[in-house]
Amino acid sequence: MPAYWLEATVVILGLILLLMEAFGKSTSRELLRRVAIGGLAFTLVPLYFAVAPSPDNAELSRFYIYDNWAVFFKLLAIVATILVLLMAYDYRRVLNQFTEEPGTDHGTGEFYALPVFACAGMMWMASARDLVSIFVSLELVTITFYILVGYMRRQVGSLEAGVKYLILGALSTGFLVYGMAWIYGVTHTTNLAEISIAIADPDSGIAANPSPLFFGLSLMLLSLAFKIGAVPMHLWIPDVYQGAPTPITAFLSVGSKAAGFIVALRILEPFFASEITRTQTTLIVLIMAGLTLLLGNLAAIAQTNFKRLLAYSSIAHAGFILLAIAAWHPGDAGSLSTHQVVSLYLATYLVITLGAFFVLVVVRNSESSDEISAFDGLGQRNPSLAACATILLSALAGLPLTAGFIGKFFAFQLAISSASANKALWLGVGIGFIGVAASFYYYLKVVRAIYWREPANEEEVPVPQISRIVILSLTALTILFGFWPNPILWVIGG
Amino acid sequence: MTACLVLTPLIGVIAILMGRDPKATARLTTTVMLITGILLAGLWAMGIREGLSMDPIVLNKPEIRLGLGLYDGMSVIMMLLSVTVAFAAARTGSCEKRHEALWNISLLLIAAGAIGAFISTDLFFFYAFHELALIPTFLMIGILGRGERKIIAWKATIYLAFGSIVLLAGLLWLVSSSGTSSLAFEDLLKTSIPSEDQQGIALFLIIGFGTLVSLFPFHSWAAPTYASAPAPISMLHAGVLKKFGLYGLLRLHPLVPEGMSHWLNLVIVLLIGNILWVGLVTINQKRLDLMLGNSSVMHMGYIFLAFAALIEAGSEAENPVAMPAAILLMFAHGVTIAMLLGLTDRIEKKTGTLDLRNLGGLASLTPRLAFLFGLAAMASIGLPGLANFAGEVMVFIAGFKGWQARSGMGSVQIATIIALWGLVISAVYMLRAYRKTFQGPKGSHTTKAEDLSPSERKPAIFLAFVLVIVGIFPNLLLGLLGDSGSESSESRELQPPSKQVLLPDPEPKSQQAILAN
Repeated sequence: MPAYWLEATVVILGLILLLMEAFGKSTSRELLRRVAIGGLAFTLVPLYFAVAPSPDNAELSRFYIYDNWAVFFKLLAIVATILVLLMAYDYRRVLNQFTEEPGTDHGTGEFYALPVFACAGMMWMASARDLVSIFVSLELVTITFYILVGYMRRQVGSLEAGVKYLILGALSTGFLVYGMAWIYGVTHTTNLAEISIAIADPDSGIAANPSPLFFGLSLMLLSLAFKIGAVPMHLWIPDVYQGAPTPITAFLSVGSKAAGFIVALRILEPFFASEITRTQTTLIVLIMAGLTLLLGNLAAIAQTNFKRLLAYSSIAHAGFILLAIAAWHPGDAGSLSTHQVVSLYLATYLVITLGAFFVLVVVRNSESSDEISAFDGLGQRNPSLAACATILLSALAGLPLTAGFIGKFFAFQLAISSASANKALWLGVGIGFIGVAASFYYYLKVVRAIYWREPANEEEVPVPQISRIVILSLTALTILFGFWPNPILWVIGG
Repeated sequence: MTACLVLTPLIGVIAILMGRDPKATARLTTTVMLITGILLAGLWAMGIREGLSMDPIVLNKPEIRLGLGLYDGMSVIMMLLSVTVAFAAARTGSCEKRHEALWNISLLLIAAGAIGAFISTDLFFFYAFHELALIPTFLMIGILGRGERKIIAWKATIYLAFGSIVLLAGLLWLVSSSGTSSLAFEDLLKTSIPSEDQQGIALFLIIGFGTLVSLFPFHSWAAPTYASAPAPISMLHAGVLKKFGLYGLLRLHPLVPEGMSHWLNLVIVLLIGNILWVGLVTINQKRLDLMLGNSSVMHMGYIFLAFAALIEAGSEAENPVAMPAAILLMFAHGVTIAMLLGLTDRIEKKTGTLDLRNLGGLASLTPRLAFLFGLAAMASIGLPGLANFAGEVMVFIAGFKGWQARSGMGSVQIATIIALWGLVISAVYMLRAYRKTFQGPKGSHTTKAEDLSPSERKPAIFLAFVLVIVGIFPNLLLGLLGDSGSESSESRELQPPSKQVLLPDPEPKSQQAILAN
């Protein structure tokens, strides 16, 4: 079947969920959750069999690309959404405190339907190859998140997060459209393949005066920085991450970021491929990467709230991925390409980060707090949860033999091997290593709370069944990928 | 089969997590490791080397293999050191019941990490396994350490993380400029690095590995860490894990000989710093544990001296003594410092203090403890008949080797002469510490103390046994190096002279007579 049916299936699933919510007899959200998760899991089957739309269908193939990366990022989006919905299941107790009738799940139906629409948007982003379809799919994701971030509407923090996300989101949309207009003005096309040809042409006006092109690119990168959480559009991240419901925070930090990166790769590819624009593009991305790494890692040091810590860590990880993009490399027999490194990084990041958020949901359920101090003495109160948390945090810090190391290892390898051609990359590598050193400190701060500090009480921290299974399997995957990253490479077609 | 060495402790960790008795599991696990290790070394010595290793591919591009096997004689000796010290460490020290699981899991993880690093035949896992120790060390010092444990835990972790990151940069640079697509040592060591890159890579490697080995001036984390950490952790760290840095330098030296020789004088200045500066600092220590920690840092200087001799020569073939000297001294130092740290822990247990001003006259109360500690202290000074002597003599021979080839004294020879004075320094601090602890009038905390119980004695006696055996027959170990089948066997032909120097000397009886006095 043609690949675009996948997005259609997911959108239809979302519509069915909305109808069930509106007209279903049962007031319980149990069925809704199950249909959402089951439906998305089912989508994985056609994903395996899907084929690219035929080139005869010129109008569609102009907008829609179905290659290895599209498959991989669609897979990431679906897996992330499924895990987020599972997390939402164990988070329902917190969510239900802030509904119209506190303590019931009245009015939380959309909370399980909207992530499905966001998933459809991310899947489309993975396939978008035209500025127009990029814009539309990106907005589908962003608008869904406007609602989800502010979903706990009787909680001030969530509302504040919603407003902040809305304002900055709208601003970044403005940048995106403005940037697209400039690019269109220079290249006379919105199709990325045609843009690629236009900017590679040494005889065109672009080569003589590339400034308008870079102006447009910079504006678009600003907007993408909002999606992937990079400097200079990072300001919303800590507040929104802290205020949003935790599953949505996880979704933002994994799904939304991954989708942002595939779009960034697609937009930047022509600019890196062309001799005319490569140097300046490298510089722009490198500056973004360096600032993101510095800010994310250094600001994280002072955090006392675990969600804010993960927010800054999410900025820092975006910095490492940007470093890999700045060290653009098409790949050869002996080394990975930028696309592969970014995919590898995001896949391991998904596993580890979602694991960490699951741990947070469990602790939050038991302690009613997102502070790092809520983890005090976890080592005594629930040793196995503490062990999993320690492994996941070490993986976020990039300790070897965990999945987190693999991503960083290849990001740095790429940067160092490209540094011989472009000395400026050494600066990025240096900042990256400072960032890694700083990250050891702030992740270990949580490990310290878990083991060094005395617990506030001796009660065991209860772990719900779903969380238990998911945390254990994500931790196991974190270790497995640390030893054996090949399966990820099989999926992305190494 | 080699993989069992890493798998066994990991299975032990899982067993403890499943609720097995932590102490018994750790002891059983380390016993199995010791037996496996000796067996493997025996097979290696007999020339049976096929089918012992494994190297499944874990990543296709660039090719990374989970290669676990005995790469050469150096791997075998470091592996033997690891299992020996791990065996003793699992039988040393004690803690509260509620910390027992954490204690033994940390111990096994550190042992697994160290052994994994030494038997990895792939650069990726060589680096990765070493880091396995980082979190357990952090937790153990932070929870169960002595003194300012939280500050020390942070300091050690940040230093080690810094060293590892600099090292990672160096290794990545090395890999990318070698142009290889496979990270296995076998393939990597065949490549050649362009000379314009060698200099930078070598500096990164010296600083990165150097920080992990506590090379001056990156040494200030080491002494407090060994002093503060619980006994088995400091035994494994000072005895085994620290040697990872030297092992790495010796292993990767053939790739960047020109780059290393550019930094020869820097290395020499730093190693003199280790020997003299840290040596003088050691003399001034008022606590037994800090004294030992510093002495361990100081002794790294000798091994770096052997490394400097290797750099000067440019390759193993030019100076065949340097490499065996460094390896033998690493082994000897590892066993000695583990024994000393283990016994120090017992002294604290018996008397409640490690402050040298409060100790004294302990020998009359605890003759066995005094004898064993004395033996280890003598080994550390370099008394003939014990393993360290063999190693140190070889280091000095290696240091002067270059003199014959050149006309006149090079910097390595001058460094060797200066380093000889380090022997005097180490005699001063060791003997002073021994006198203040075990001899003279009784101190405030040594009015009564029990002697070592049989179970406390066992690990120390085991290590002492190893020291004496290797001291008398250093060829037991050096023989493992000698006929390395894979590479440069012709370069070992010059080895017999060093044996001749070593063999006439052992006089274990006279040395026991010294101790009896």
